[in-house]
Amino acid sequence: MRTAPEVLLLLVVLTDFAVLGTTRLSTCIRAVAVQGLLLGLLPLAFAQHVSLHAGALAVGTVALKALILPSFLFWAIREAAVRREVEPVVGYIASLLLGAVALALAFAIAARLPLPESQQELLVPVSLATVMIGFIVLTSRRKALTQVVGYLLLENGIYLFGLTRTESVPFLLELGVLLDVFVGVFIMGIVVFHINREFDSIDSAHLAELTD
Amino acid sequence: MRLIVLFALPAIVGAIMFRVPAHHAGRVRVGALVATAAAHLALVASLWVRPAAPLFHGWLALDALGLVVLTVASVLFFATALYAVGYLQRERPRGGRVFVTGLLGFLAAASLVAASQHLALLWVGMEATTLSLAPLVFHRHDRRSLEAVWKYLVISSVGIALALLGIFFLATAQSGVGGRPLIVPDLLSHARQLHPAWVRAAFLFLLVGFGTKMGLAPMHTWKPDTYGEAPSLVGGLMAGALTSCAFLGVARATQVVVAAGLAPFAQPVLIGFGLLSLGVAAVFVIGQSDVKRLLAYSSVEHMGLLVLGLGLGGVGAYGTVLHVVNNGLSKGWLFLVAGNVVLATGSSAAAANRGLVRHLPVSGLLLVLGLFAVTGSPPFGLFLSEFTILRAAVGAGHPWIAGAVLLLLAIIFVGMAALVLEMALGEPEGGAAPVRENRWLLVGPLALAAAVLLLGVYIPAPLHDVMARAAAGLGGSAP
Repeated sequence: MRTAPEVLLLLVVLTDFAVLGTTRLSTCIRAVAVQGLLLGLLPLAFAQHVSLHAGALAVGTVALKALILPSFLFWAIREAAVRREVEPVVGYIASLLLGAVALALAFAIAARLPLPESQQELLVPVSLATVMIGFIVLTSRRKALTQVVGYLLLENGIYLFGLTRTESVPFLLELGVLLDVFVGVFIMGIVVFHINREFDSIDSAHLAELTD
Repeated sequence: MRLIVLFALPAIVGAIMFRVPAHHAGRVRVGALVATAAAHLALVASLWVRPAAPLFHGWLALDALGLVVLTVASVLFFATALYAVGYLQRERPRGGRVFVTGLLGFLAAASLVAASQHLALLWVGMEATTLSLAPLVFHRHDRRSLEAVWKYLVISSVGIALALLGIFFLATAQSGVGGRPLIVPDLLSHARQLHPAWVRAAFLFLLVGFGTKMGLAPMHTWKPDTYGEAPSLVGGLMAGALTSCAFLGVARATQVVVAAGLAPFAQPVLIGFGLLSLGVAAVFVIGQSDVKRLLAYSSVEHMGLLVLGLGLGGVGAYGTVLHVVNNGLSKGWLFLVAGNVVLATGSSAAAANRGLVRHLPVSGLLLVLGLFAVTGSPPFGLFLSEFTILRAAVGAGHPWIAGAVLLLLAIIFVGMAALVLEMALGEPEGGAAPVRENRWLLVGPLALAAAVLLLGVYIPAPLHDVMARAAAGLGGSAP
């Protein structure tokens, strides 16, 4: 059991980079779905004994992050008929390099912020790296849908950090993140749909009429 | 019990109004909106007379600072509800029912934020304020309002996500320390034992997260677009009440960091964000051509003043609390007046609105007075609160901060005056005859203007006491 969480966390980092390096939106969404599955398995891997709480958390997370949200995103790309991200603000090689810098930075920061009760050394750096990579995707891609994927990565990073607190603060994780992801992305998805209807494209670069 | 009714009442009425079937539904909804706003205000008044006991093991409780924010939100909401009566007679926003439900949902969420002592609960309330107002920004369903709502949702959601991470960090700082997790009074009483590195990280994330919702520079970019495109009464609620709620989040983080003995770390950060916001506002106010966007930058300026006062401490904390009240009421006033202008001429651009004093006598006059109020001229309340913050800067041994702030305020005054005076006094293109204005559209801004004027000349003793306690809670003192 000692290494199971570590393997899962390393796979989470791999899915981060998969999102960073791919041009196809469907691959992006699949990577996020896989990440959601990994996130759902983590509470089980961490729990010393499988409790009802950890089980419910795992089921809920997998249902939401690995099934419902990705299929919602797939529905959106079908509706909007977009397949790939063209002309990102930052190129793919540069994005991957930025991601590597973010990962290094995350380890450096995590070394200075030790968890008071050390359960899993990799958790904090992987969480911070996922947050930062989510932020990179959110800011460096033009398609509204890819930005939603970036926001999901950001949320997943926060969820990972929240895993350190499930024992001490009950319901913190459930209350906040699941509701937030669901509602936030749901509404964003609807807006994406409207953008599509309005402009025949979901390129958020078209949304640049309001400037000073 | 009253603390639950505070947010349950608007939430339930809002849900019922969403489904009300009658063919007079429009009137029923407006009536319910005003009645709920009045009941909420009465409930808040009762909380001033007789404080409520904490509920749910201290998750819900109303301290002095929460009471101030709650009162601002409730007063502003009541004025807005009266305005909505006139507004909905004139305009039929496409989601008529969405409109009233969204407004009531916002009142519920803002009340929850003000009454939460549990930071996760406060966060849920903040999230709900974002979501309840988003459909209202998008009410026109056109390209510009779509762009505004997209920016608003993306930037606010990122902000709120970072704030959540900050809350997790704070929970980590608390591990192994006594006290219930994330309950503000317990955090404060055990503050010295919290892990300082995690408290610092938590403070930064909470400041950036809730600061995004406040609209501090450089996270303010959604603000002019959203305020410019939202219906004016929604803009007023955002600039007056939503920002005050977000400020409460920043204030809670500051309380903890100061109690943990980390004030020397937090204060320069707060002062830096404050000065940057003032600077950005000064740059963008000059040359604005749209009154609602102008008010958005004015809001960035006032958010800057709030965190500046918080960072200066001492009497600055009192100045900040007073400024929350003044800013909330005056932003409501100005946005509602701007709404009257838009209703009359169909545009908030200066070019389309010259000679308003003659065309709309009451609104035109209120707009000019509002200009002086919001730029901190005596005898309005904002003069007093800004003066108190400046005094704190000098008192803390930073006369250069006071000098820089005065210079920026002067630039902002010039920029705002140029636009507003052009609108009010400029020569209209066609001959504009005076129009009889709808009373429902005037009573709200008039009441808010009277309140801001009153606060400039006289602060009632109970209000002073509560604000002094709130300032003490922020590590400051009353002058």
